[in-house]
Amino acid sequence: MHKVIITVLGKDTVGILAKVCTYLANNKVNILDISQTIVDGYFNMMMVADINEAPKDFHIIADELAQIGDEIGVDIRAQKAAIFDKMHRI
Amino acid sequence: MLDIREVIETNKMIMENNLDVRTITMGISLIDCKGSTVEEICDKIYERITTKAGNLVKVGQDIEKELGIPIVNKRISITPISLVGAGVCKTIDDFVTICKTLDKVAHEVGVNFIGGYSALVSKGMTEADELLIRSIPKALAETERICSSVVVGSTKTGIDMDAVRLMGEVIKEAAELTKDNDSLGCAKLVVLCNAPDDNPFMAGAFHGVTEADAIINVGVSGPGVVKSAISHVKGESFEVLCETIKKTAFKITRVGQLVAQEASKRLNVPFGIIDLSLAPTPAVGDSVGEVLEEIGLEYAGAPGTTAALALLNDQVKKGGIMASSYVGGLSGAFIPVSEDQRMIDAAECGALTIEKLEAMTCVCSVGLDMIAIPGDTKATTISGIIADEMALGMVNQKTTAVRIIPVIGKGVGEQAVFGGLLGFAPIMPVNQYSCDEFIARKGRIPAPIHSFKN
Repeated sequence: MHKVIITVLGKDTVGILAKVCTYLANNKVNILDISQTIVDGYFNMMMVADINEAPKDFHIIADELAQIGDEIGVDIRAQKAAIFDKMHRI
Repeated sequence: MLDIREVIETNKMIMENNLDVRTITMGISLIDCKGSTVEEICDKIYERITTKAGNLVKVGQDIEKELGIPIVNKRISITPISLVGAGVCKTIDDFVTICKTLDKVAHEVGVNFIGGYSALVSKGMTEADELLIRSIPKALAETERICSSVVVGSTKTGIDMDAVRLMGEVIKEAAELTKDNDSLGCAKLVVLCNAPDDNPFMAGAFHGVTEADAIINVGVSGPGVVKSAISHVKGESFEVLCETIKKTAFKITRVGQLVAQEASKRLNVPFGIIDLSLAPTPAVGDSVGEVLEEIGLEYAGAPGTTAALALLNDQVKKGGIMASSYVGGLSGAFIPVSEDQRMIDAAECGALTIEKLEAMTCVCSVGLDMIAIPGDTKATTISGIIADEMALGMVNQKTTAVRIIPVIGKGVGEQAVFGGLLGFAPIMPVNQYSCDEFIARKGRIPAPIHSFKN
Protein backbone atom coordinates (compact mmCIF):
# COMPACT_ATOMS: atom_id res chain seq x y z
CA MET A 1 0.00 0.00 0.00
CA HIS A 2 1.17 3.55 -0.81
CA LYS A 3 -0.66 5.67 1.65
CA VAL A 4 -1.15 9.31 0.82
CA ILE A 5 -2.96 12.06 2.65
CA ILE A 6 -5.04 14.44 0.59
CA THR A 7 -6.11 17.60 2.34
CA VAL A 8 -8.57 20.20 1.16
CA LEU A 9 -8.59 23.61 2.79
CA GLY A 10 -10.81 26.50 1.86
CA LYS A 11 -14.30 27.96 1.84
CA ASP A 12 -17.00 25.34 1.86
CA THR A 13 -18.71 25.17 -1.52
CA VAL A 14 -20.96 22.70 -3.30
CA GLY A 15 -19.29 19.80 -5.01
CA ILE A 16 -15.76 19.82 -3.55
CA LEU A 17 -15.95 16.24 -2.40
CA ALA A 18 -17.61 15.12 -5.64
CA LYS A 19 -14.89 16.69 -7.78
CA VAL A 20 -12.04 15.22 -5.76
CA CYS A 21 -13.65 11.77 -5.53
CA THR A 22 -14.38 11.66 -9.25
CA TYR A 23 -10.78 12.45 -10.03
CA LEU A 24 -9.54 9.82 -7.60
CA ALA A 25 -11.93 7.19 -8.97
CA ASN A 26 -10.88 7.93 -12.55
CA ASN A 27 -7.28 7.44 -11.53
CA LYS A 28 -7.76 4.26 -9.53
CA VAL A 29 -6.94 5.85 -6.21
CA ASN A 30 -8.65 3.98 -3.41
CA ILE A 31 -10.08 6.12 -0.59
CA LEU A 32 -9.56 4.49 2.82
CA ASP A 33 -10.92 7.15 5.11
CA ILE A 34 -12.44 10.61 4.99
CA SER A 35 -12.87 13.11 7.79
CA GLN A 36 -13.70 16.77 7.87
CA THR A 37 -13.87 19.64 10.29
CA ILE A 38 -14.26 23.40 10.35
CA VAL A 39 -11.28 25.35 11.77
CA ASP A 40 -11.47 29.15 12.06
CA GLY A 41 -14.39 29.15 9.62
CA TYR A 42 -12.48 27.20 7.01
CA PHE A 43 -13.48 23.86 5.61
CA ASN A 44 -10.81 21.22 6.29
CA MET A 45 -11.07 17.80 4.77
CA MET A 46 -8.62 14.95 4.97
CA MET A 47 -8.63 11.79 2.91
CA VAL A 48 -6.44 8.81 3.51
CA ALA A 49 -5.96 7.09 0.16
CA ASP A 50 -3.99 4.30 -1.42
CA ILE A 51 -2.30 5.05 -4.76
CA ASN A 52 -0.84 1.60 -5.25
CA GLU A 53 -3.09 0.80 -8.22
CA ALA A 54 -2.93 4.25 -9.76
CA PRO A 55 -1.30 4.19 -13.19
CA LYS A 56 -0.14 7.80 -12.83
CA ASP A 57 2.94 8.87 -10.94
CA PHE A 58 2.36 10.41 -7.50
CA HIS A 59 3.84 13.73 -8.63
CA ILE A 60 1.33 13.98 -11.47
CA ILE A 61 -1.58 13.12 -9.20
CA ALA A 62 -0.44 15.77 -6.71
CA ASP A 63 -0.15 18.40 -9.46
CA GLU A 64 -3.51 17.54 -10.99
CA LEU A 65 -5.25 17.63 -7.61
CA ALA A 66 -3.70 21.03 -6.92
CA GLN A 67 -5.01 22.17 -10.29
CA ILE A 68 -8.54 21.00 -9.48
CA GLY A 69 -8.20 22.94 -6.22
CA ASP A 70 -7.27 26.09 -8.17
CA GLU A 71 -10.34 25.66 -10.39
CA ILE A 72 -12.77 25.47 -7.48
CA GLY A 73 -10.95 27.95 -5.27
CA VAL A 74 -9.65 25.66 -2.52
CA ASP A 75 -6.20 24.44 -1.59
CA ILE A 76 -5.72 20.73 -2.29
CA ARG A 77 -2.49 19.06 -1.23
CA ALA A 78 -1.43 15.46 -1.61
CA GLN A 79 1.42 14.29 0.61
CA LYS A 80 2.83 10.88 1.44
CA ALA A 81 1.50 9.78 4.82
CA ALA A 82 5.01 9.20 6.17
CA ILE A 83 5.52 12.84 7.18
CA PHE A 84 2.45 12.79 9.45
CA ASP A 85 3.15 9.33 10.85
CA LYS A 86 6.72 10.27 11.66
CA MET A 87 5.79 13.53 13.32
CA HIS A 88 2.87 12.31 15.42
CA ARG A 89 3.68 8.67 16.20
CA ILE A 90 6.63 7.37 18.18
CA MET B 1 -5.11 5.94 11.82
CA LEU B 2 -4.06 9.58 11.59
CA ASP B 3 -6.28 12.19 13.10
CA ILE B 4 -7.34 15.16 11.00
CA ARG B 5 -6.14 17.54 13.73
CA GLU B 6 -2.64 16.11 13.49
CA VAL B 7 -2.63 16.53 9.74
CA ILE B 8 -3.86 20.11 10.07
CA GLU B 9 -1.18 20.81 12.71
CA THR B 10 1.62 19.58 10.46
CA ASN B 11 0.42 21.51 7.45
CA LYS B 12 -0.05 24.64 9.53
CA MET B 13 3.56 24.35 10.67
CA ILE B 14 4.66 24.16 7.05
CA MET B 15 2.38 26.78 5.55
CA GLU B 16 2.04 29.34 8.33
CA ASN B 17 5.09 28.87 10.56
CA ASN B 18 7.76 28.37 7.90
CA LEU B 19 8.64 24.82 8.91
CA ASP B 20 11.21 23.54 6.49
CA VAL B 21 14.22 21.33 6.28
CA ARG B 22 17.01 23.84 6.01
CA THR B 23 19.54 21.75 4.18
CA ILE B 24 20.43 18.34 2.86
CA THR B 25 24.20 18.39 2.75
CA MET B 26 26.14 15.61 1.10
CA GLY B 27 29.60 15.18 2.56
CA ILE B 28 32.05 13.94 -0.02
CA SER B 29 35.61 12.83 0.67
CA LEU B 30 38.19 14.19 -1.78
CA ILE B 31 41.08 12.67 0.11
CA ASP B 32 42.09 10.45 -2.80
CA CYS B 33 41.70 13.15 -5.46
CA LYS B 34 45.44 13.39 -5.72
CA GLY B 35 47.51 14.22 -8.77
CA SER B 36 50.88 15.53 -9.83
CA THR B 37 49.46 18.75 -11.26
CA VAL B 38 46.74 21.16 -10.18
CA GLU B 39 44.81 20.35 -13.37
CA GLU B 40 44.84 16.67 -12.56
CA ILE B 41 43.47 17.33 -9.06
CA CYS B 42 40.78 19.59 -10.51
CA ASP B 43 39.73 16.90 -13.01
CA LYS B 44 39.45 14.31 -10.26
CA ILE B 45 37.48 16.65 -7.99
CA TYR B 46 35.12 17.46 -10.85
CA GLU B 47 34.61 13.80 -11.61
CA ARG B 48 34.12 12.80 -7.96
CA ILE B 49 31.57 15.47 -7.08
CA THR B 50 29.52 15.18 -10.27
CA THR B 51 29.38 11.39 -9.88
CA LYS B 52 28.40 11.40 -6.22
CA ALA B 53 26.13 14.43 -6.11
CA GLY B 54 24.76 14.57 -9.66
CA ASN B 55 21.33 13.54 -8.39
CA LEU B 56 21.34 15.39 -5.08
CA VAL B 57 19.21 18.33 -6.15
CA LYS B 58 16.67 16.19 -8.03
CA VAL B 59 16.29 13.77 -5.10
CA GLY B 60 15.85 16.73 -2.75
CA GLN B 61 13.15 18.19 -4.97
CA ASP B 62 11.35 14.84 -5.26
CA ILE B 63 11.24 14.40 -1.48
CA GLU B 64 10.10 17.98 -1.09
CA LYS B 65 7.17 17.33 -3.40
CA GLU B 66 6.17 13.97 -1.96
CA LEU B 67 6.19 15.04 1.67
CA GLY B 68 4.98 18.55 0.97
CA ILE B 69 7.74 20.21 2.97
CA PRO B 70 10.25 22.69 1.57
CA ILE B 71 13.88 21.59 1.59
CA VAL B 72 15.48 24.99 1.26
CA ASN B 73 19.06 24.13 0.42
CA LYS B 74 20.88 21.26 -1.20
CA ARG B 75 24.56 21.55 -0.47
CA ILE B 76 27.86 19.74 -0.51
CA SER B 77 30.66 19.63 2.01
CA ILE B 78 34.10 18.38 1.02
CA THR B 79 37.42 17.41 2.55
CA PRO B 80 39.34 20.55 3.56
CA ILE B 81 41.05 21.70 0.38
CA SER B 82 44.34 22.47 2.15
CA LEU B 83 44.72 18.68 2.56
CA VAL B 84 43.72 17.93 -1.02
CA GLY B 85 46.00 20.54 -2.57
CA ALA B 86 48.97 19.98 -0.24
CA GLY B 87 52.18 19.14 -2.07
CA VAL B 88 50.92 20.24 -5.47
CA CYS B 89 49.60 23.76 -4.92
CA LYS B 90 52.65 26.01 -4.74
CA THR B 91 51.03 29.40 -5.18
CA ILE B 92 47.89 31.23 -4.13
CA ASP B 93 46.64 30.96 -7.71
CA ASP B 94 46.99 27.17 -7.66
CA PHE B 95 44.50 27.03 -4.78
CA VAL B 96 42.26 29.61 -6.46
CA THR B 97 42.18 27.36 -9.55
CA ILE B 98 40.82 24.51 -7.42
CA CYS B 99 38.27 26.88 -5.91
CA LYS B 100 37.09 27.91 -9.38
CA THR B 101 36.67 24.25 -10.32
CA LEU B 102 34.55 23.75 -7.22
CA ASP B 103 32.44 26.76 -8.15
CA LYS B 104 31.91 25.33 -11.63
CA VAL B 105 30.83 21.98 -10.15
CA ALA B 106 28.45 23.71 -7.73
CA HIS B 107 26.73 25.42 -10.66
CA GLU B 108 26.59 22.23 -12.68
CA VAL B 109 25.07 20.02 -10.00
CA GLY B 110 22.81 22.88 -8.92
CA VAL B 111 23.77 23.16 -5.24
CA ASN B 112 23.79 26.64 -3.75
CA PHE B 113 26.99 26.18 -1.75
CA ILE B 114 29.98 23.89 -1.48
CA GLY B 115 31.72 24.16 1.88
CA GLY B 116 35.22 22.99 2.58
CA TYR B 117 37.59 25.54 1.10
CA SER B 118 39.13 25.09 4.47
CA ALA B 119 42.20 24.55 6.61
CA LEU B 120 42.39 22.85 10.00
CA VAL B 121 45.13 24.62 11.89
CA SER B 122 44.15 24.43 15.53
CA LYS B 123 47.69 23.60 16.59
CA GLY B 124 49.74 24.85 13.71
CA MET B 125 49.80 25.60 10.01
CA THR B 126 51.51 23.54 7.33
CA GLU B 127 52.87 25.38 4.32
CA ALA B 128 49.78 24.32 2.36
CA ASP B 129 47.45 25.46 5.15
CA GLU B 130 49.00 28.89 5.20
CA LEU B 131 48.93 29.17 1.43
CA LEU B 132 45.28 28.20 1.33
CA ILE B 133 44.42 30.70 4.04
CA ARG B 134 46.23 33.46 2.15
CA SER B 135 44.34 32.49 -1.02
CA ILE B 136 40.90 32.80 0.63
CA PRO B 137 40.25 36.48 -0.20
CA LYS B 138 40.97 35.99 -3.89
CA ALA B 139 39.19 32.64 -4.02
CA LEU B 140 36.00 34.04 -2.47
CA ALA B 141 36.10 37.17 -4.61
CA GLU B 142 36.36 35.17 -7.83
CA THR B 143 33.77 32.51 -7.06
CA GLU B 144 30.12 32.60 -6.09
CA ARG B 145 29.09 29.40 -4.36
CA ILE B 146 32.10 28.42 -2.29
CA CYS B 147 32.29 28.71 1.49
CA SER B 148 35.51 28.80 3.39
CA SER B 149 36.36 27.99 6.98
CA VAL B 150 39.49 27.93 9.08
CA VAL B 151 39.66 26.03 12.35
CA VAL B 152 42.11 27.86 14.59
CA GLY B 153 41.60 26.21 17.96
CA SER B 154 40.18 23.39 20.02
CA THR B 155 39.81 22.39 23.65
CA LYS B 156 42.47 19.73 23.19
CA THR B 157 45.06 21.82 21.34
CA GLY B 158 44.56 25.38 22.49
CA ILE B 159 44.45 28.30 20.06
CA ASP B 160 46.88 28.91 17.23
CA MET B 161 47.32 32.64 17.66
CA ASP B 162 49.48 32.91 14.53
CA ALA B 163 46.45 31.72 12.57
CA VAL B 164 44.18 34.09 14.52
CA ARG B 165 46.46 37.01 13.62
CA LEU B 166 46.53 35.92 9.99
CA MET B 167 42.73 35.56 9.87
CA GLY B 168 42.29 39.18 10.98
CA GLU B 169 44.29 40.24 7.91
CA VAL B 170 42.57 37.72 5.62
CA ILE B 171 39.11 38.91 6.64
CA LYS B 172 40.11 42.51 5.95
CA GLU B 173 41.49 41.56 2.55
CA ALA B 174 38.41 39.49 1.68
CA ALA B 175 36.29 42.52 2.60
CA GLU B 176 38.43 44.80 0.44
CA LEU B 177 38.27 42.52 -2.62
CA THR B 178 34.47 42.31 -2.43
CA LYS B 179 33.80 45.90 -1.34
CA ASP B 180 31.51 46.52 -4.33
CA ASN B 181 29.09 43.99 -2.83
CA ASP B 182 29.22 45.22 0.77
CA SER B 183 32.21 42.95 1.45
CA LEU B 184 30.14 39.85 0.71
CA GLY B 185 33.26 37.64 0.64
CA CYS B 186 33.39 37.71 4.45
CA ALA B 187 29.84 36.32 4.66
CA LYS B 188 31.21 33.11 3.15
CA LEU B 189 34.15 32.83 5.54
CA VAL B 190 34.09 31.57 9.09
CA VAL B 191 36.74 31.03 11.77
CA LEU B 192 36.03 28.12 14.11
CA CYS B 193 37.06 26.51 17.37
CA ASN B 194 36.16 22.84 18.04
CA ALA B 195 34.61 22.48 14.58
CA PRO B 196 32.57 19.31 14.10
CA ASP B 197 33.44 17.05 11.16
CA ASP B 198 29.82 16.56 10.13
CA ASN B 199 28.27 20.02 10.18
CA PRO B 200 25.75 20.45 7.34
CA PHE B 201 25.38 24.24 7.77
CA MET B 202 27.32 26.88 5.88
CA ALA B 203 29.68 28.62 5.99
CA GLY B 204 31.43 26.22 8.37
CA ALA B 205 30.61 22.91 6.66
CA PHE B 206 33.46 20.63 5.65
CA HIS B 207 33.73 16.87 5.33
CA GLY B 208 36.08 15.91 8.14
CA VAL B 209 38.88 13.41 7.78
CA THR B 210 37.15 11.10 10.24
CA GLU B 211 34.21 10.67 7.84
CA ALA B 212 33.40 7.99 5.26
CA ASP B 213 33.54 8.40 1.46
CA ALA B 214 30.16 10.06 1.30
CA ILE B 215 27.46 10.84 3.82
CA ILE B 216 24.11 12.59 4.05
CA ASN B 217 23.73 15.14 6.83
CA VAL B 218 20.53 17.08 7.33
CA GLY B 219 19.98 20.38 9.08
CA VAL B 220 16.50 21.05 10.39
CA SER B 221 15.03 24.41 11.22
CA GLY B 222 11.83 25.81 12.61
CA PRO B 223 12.09 28.88 14.86
CA GLY B 224 8.67 29.95 13.55
CA VAL B 225 7.10 26.71 14.75
CA VAL B 226 8.66 27.04 18.21
CA LYS B 227 7.53 30.64 18.44
CA SER B 228 3.98 29.75 17.47
CA ALA B 229 3.87 26.87 19.98
CA ILE B 230 5.08 28.96 22.91
CA SER B 231 2.72 31.80 22.05
CA HIS B 232 0.01 29.49 23.41
CA VAL B 233 1.68 29.21 26.84
CA LYS B 234 2.12 32.89 27.66
CA GLY B 235 2.56 33.47 31.40
CA GLU B 236 2.90 29.77 32.18
CA SER B 237 5.68 28.33 34.34
CA PHE B 238 9.14 27.39 33.07
CA GLU B 239 8.15 23.76 33.26
CA VAL B 240 5.28 24.27 30.84
CA LEU B 241 7.46 26.44 28.60
CA CYS B 242 10.23 23.83 28.47
CA GLU B 243 7.78 21.00 27.78
CA THR B 244 6.27 22.94 24.91
CA ILE B 245 9.65 23.63 23.30
CA LYS B 246 10.73 20.00 23.72
CA LYS B 247 7.60 18.61 22.11
CA THR B 248 7.89 21.01 19.21
CA ALA B 249 11.59 20.23 18.73
CA PHE B 250 10.75 16.55 18.66
CA LYS B 251 8.23 17.03 15.86
CA ILE B 252 10.55 19.23 13.82
CA THR B 253 13.40 16.78 14.15
CA ARG B 254 11.27 13.79 13.14
CA VAL B 255 10.64 15.46 9.81
CA GLY B 256 14.38 15.99 9.39
CA GLN B 257 15.02 12.36 10.23
CA LEU B 258 12.47 11.22 7.65
CA VAL B 259 13.96 13.44 4.96
CA ALA B 260 17.47 12.25 5.82
CA GLN B 261 16.49 8.59 5.62
CA GLU B 262 14.70 9.07 2.31
CA ALA B 263 17.60 11.02 0.81
CA SER B 264 20.08 8.44 2.04
CA LYS B 265 18.07 5.58 0.53
CA ARG B 266 17.52 7.25 -2.83
CA LEU B 267 21.07 8.49 -3.23
CA ASN B 268 22.52 5.25 -1.92
CA VAL B 269 24.71 7.19 0.46
CA PRO B 270 24.74 6.42 4.21
CA PHE B 271 22.89 8.70 6.60
CA GLY B 272 25.24 10.61 8.86
CA ILE B 273 23.56 12.95 11.30
CA ILE B 274 20.72 15.33 11.93
CA ASP B 275 21.81 18.75 13.04
CA LEU B 276 19.27 19.97 15.59
CA SER B 277 19.41 23.66 15.01
CA LEU B 278 16.94 26.47 15.08
CA ALA B 279 18.16 28.25 11.98
CA PRO B 280 16.42 31.53 11.23
CA THR B 281 15.95 33.30 7.90
CA PRO B 282 15.29 36.98 7.24
CA ALA B 283 11.61 36.09 6.60
CA VAL B 284 9.13 37.44 9.15
CA GLY B 285 8.04 34.64 11.50
CA ASP B 286 11.24 32.63 11.02
CA SER B 287 13.32 34.26 13.71
CA VAL B 288 15.15 33.11 16.84
CA GLY B 289 14.95 36.71 18.08
CA GLU B 290 11.19 36.40 17.94
CA VAL B 291 11.29 33.17 20.00
CA LEU B 292 13.31 35.01 22.66
CA GLU B 293 10.73 37.79 22.66
CA GLU B 294 7.93 35.25 23.00
CA ILE B 295 9.74 33.77 26.01
CA GLY B 296 9.38 37.17 27.63
CA LEU B 297 12.02 39.66 26.49
CA GLU B 298 11.26 43.03 24.95
CA TYR B 299 14.15 42.57 22.54
CA ALA B 300 16.91 40.01 22.10
CA GLY B 301 19.80 41.52 24.03
CA ALA B 302 17.76 42.64 27.05
CA PRO B 303 18.89 41.36 30.48
CA GLY B 304 17.77 37.74 30.73
CA THR B 305 18.62 37.01 27.10
CA THR B 306 21.49 34.64 27.87
CA ALA B 307 19.35 32.65 30.30
CA ALA B 308 16.41 32.50 27.88
CA LEU B 309 18.70 31.37 25.09
CA ALA B 310 20.33 28.73 27.31
CA LEU B 311 16.91 27.37 28.15
CA LEU B 312 15.79 27.40 24.52
CA ASN B 313 18.95 25.72 23.26
CA ASP B 314 18.81 22.98 25.87
CA GLN B 315 15.13 22.17 25.30
CA VAL B 316 15.62 22.01 21.53
CA LYS B 317 18.34 19.41 22.10
CA LYS B 318 16.38 17.46 24.69
CA GLY B 319 13.33 17.29 22.42
CA GLY B 320 15.27 16.58 19.28
CA ILE B 321 17.61 13.95 20.59
CA MET B 322 14.91 11.30 20.88
CA ALA B 323 13.59 12.02 17.42
CA SER B 324 16.72 10.94 15.62
CA SER B 325 19.09 8.01 15.79
CA TYR B 326 22.14 10.16 15.17
CA VAL B 327 22.49 13.74 16.20
CA GLY B 328 25.58 15.77 15.40
CA GLY B 329 26.84 18.86 13.65
CA LEU B 330 26.37 22.11 15.48
CA SER B 331 22.96 21.37 17.06
CA GLY B 332 21.69 24.46 18.80
CA ALA B 333 19.96 27.76 18.20
CA PHE B 334 21.75 29.95 15.66
CA ILE B 335 21.93 33.65 16.28
CA PRO B 336 23.15 35.15 13.01
CA VAL B 337 22.35 38.85 13.08
CA SER B 338 21.80 39.55 9.39
CA GLU B 339 19.75 36.42 8.78
CA ASP B 340 17.18 37.09 11.47
CA GLN B 341 14.75 40.00 11.20
CA ARG B 342 14.23 40.49 14.94
CA MET B 343 17.95 40.29 15.66
CA ILE B 344 18.46 42.98 13.01
CA ASP B 345 15.81 45.11 14.73
CA ALA B 346 17.41 44.49 18.13
CA ALA B 347 20.83 45.49 16.83
CA GLU B 348 19.40 48.55 15.11
CA CYS B 349 17.69 49.89 18.23
CA GLY B 350 20.78 49.27 20.35
CA ALA B 351 19.35 46.45 22.48
CA LEU B 352 21.87 44.00 21.08
CA THR B 353 25.61 44.66 21.16
CA ILE B 354 28.58 42.58 20.07
CA GLU B 355 29.49 42.05 23.72
CA LYS B 356 26.02 40.69 24.53
CA LEU B 357 26.15 38.46 21.47
CA GLU B 358 29.47 37.14 22.72
CA ALA B 359 27.87 36.22 26.05
CA MET B 360 24.98 34.56 24.22
CA THR B 361 27.37 32.39 22.24
CA CYS B 362 28.51 30.78 25.51
CA VAL B 363 25.18 28.98 25.74
CA CYS B 364 24.20 28.27 22.16
CA SER B 365 25.62 27.41 18.81
CA VAL B 366 27.54 28.87 17.26
CA GLY B 367 29.16 32.20 17.63
CA LEU B 368 29.42 35.75 16.41
CA ASP B 369 27.61 35.14 13.19
CA MET B 370 26.92 37.48 10.29
CA ILE B 371 27.84 40.61 12.18
CA ALA B 372 28.62 43.69 10.12
CA ILE B 373 31.18 46.07 11.59
CA PRO B 374 32.71 49.32 10.30
CA GLY B 375 35.02 48.85 7.31
CA ASP B 376 37.82 50.77 8.98
CA THR B 377 38.09 48.28 11.88
CA LYS B 378 41.73 47.25 12.28
CA ALA B 379 42.83 43.71 11.40
CA THR B 380 44.21 43.31 14.93
CA THR B 381 40.84 44.24 16.42
CA ILE B 382 39.17 41.56 14.29
CA SER B 383 41.81 39.08 15.48
CA GLY B 384 41.07 40.13 19.06
CA ILE B 385 37.35 39.46 18.55
CA ILE B 386 38.21 36.08 17.03
CA ALA B 387 40.56 35.22 19.92
CA ASP B 388 37.85 36.02 22.48
CA GLU B 389 35.31 33.83 20.75
CA MET B 390 37.78 30.98 20.28
CA ALA B 391 38.66 31.15 23.98
CA LEU B 392 34.98 30.73 24.87
CA GLY B 393 34.81 27.60 22.76
CA MET B 394 38.12 26.23 23.99
CA VAL B 395 37.35 26.61 27.68
CA ASN B 396 33.69 25.57 27.46
CA GLN B 397 34.35 22.58 25.20
CA LYS B 398 31.93 23.74 22.57
CA THR B 399 32.01 24.88 18.97
CA THR B 400 32.32 28.60 18.53
CA ALA B 401 32.72 30.62 15.38
CA VAL B 402 33.24 34.09 14.04
CA ARG B 403 31.74 35.25 10.78
CA ILE B 404 32.24 38.96 10.84
CA ILE B 405 32.04 41.42 7.97
CA PRO B 406 34.02 44.66 8.03
CA VAL B 407 31.96 46.50 5.42
CA ILE B 408 34.43 48.59 3.47
CA GLY B 409 33.30 52.18 2.99
CA LYS B 410 30.54 51.99 5.57
CA GLY B 411 30.27 52.88 9.23
CA VAL B 412 28.01 52.60 12.26
CA GLY B 413 24.41 53.54 11.45
CA GLU B 414 24.64 52.32 7.88
CA GLN B 415 23.49 48.97 6.53
CA ALA B 416 25.12 46.15 4.61
CA VAL B 417 22.91 44.24 2.19
CA PHE B 418 23.92 40.70 1.23
CA GLY B 419 20.66 39.44 -0.25
CA GLY B 420 18.89 36.09 -0.17
CA LEU B 421 19.31 33.91 2.90
CA LEU B 422 22.28 36.04 3.99
CA GLY B 423 19.96 39.00 4.54
CA PHE B 424 21.09 42.47 5.58
CA ALA B 425 22.78 43.82 8.67
CA PRO B 426 23.09 47.09 10.52
CA ILE B 427 26.72 47.98 11.08
CA MET B 428 27.45 47.52 14.76
CA PRO B 429 29.96 49.54 16.78
CA VAL B 430 33.19 47.84 17.85
CA ASN B 431 35.17 48.54 21.02
CA GLN B 432 37.81 51.05 19.92
CA TYR B 433 40.55 50.18 22.39
CA SER B 434 43.64 48.45 21.04
CA CYS B 435 44.77 44.84 21.42
CA ASP B 436 47.71 45.27 19.01
CA GLU B 437 50.40 44.06 21.39
CA PHE B 438 48.42 41.02 22.44
CA ILE B 439 47.79 39.96 18.85
CA ALA B 440 51.42 40.67 17.86
CA ARG B 441 52.67 37.90 20.18
CA LYS B 442 53.74 34.76 18.32
CA GLY B 443 52.74 31.16 18.99
CA ARG B 444 49.83 29.45 20.68
CA ILE B 445 47.58 29.79 23.66
CA PRO B 446 48.03 26.45 25.49
CA ALA B 447 45.14 24.03 25.89
CA PRO B 448 43.19 24.66 29.08
CA ILE B 449 43.29 22.47 32.15
CA HIS B 450 40.52 19.86 32.19
CA SER B 451 40.05 19.69 35.91
CA PHE B 452 39.57 22.26 38.70
CA LYS B 453 36.64 23.75 36.80
CA ASN B 454 35.32 26.98 38.13
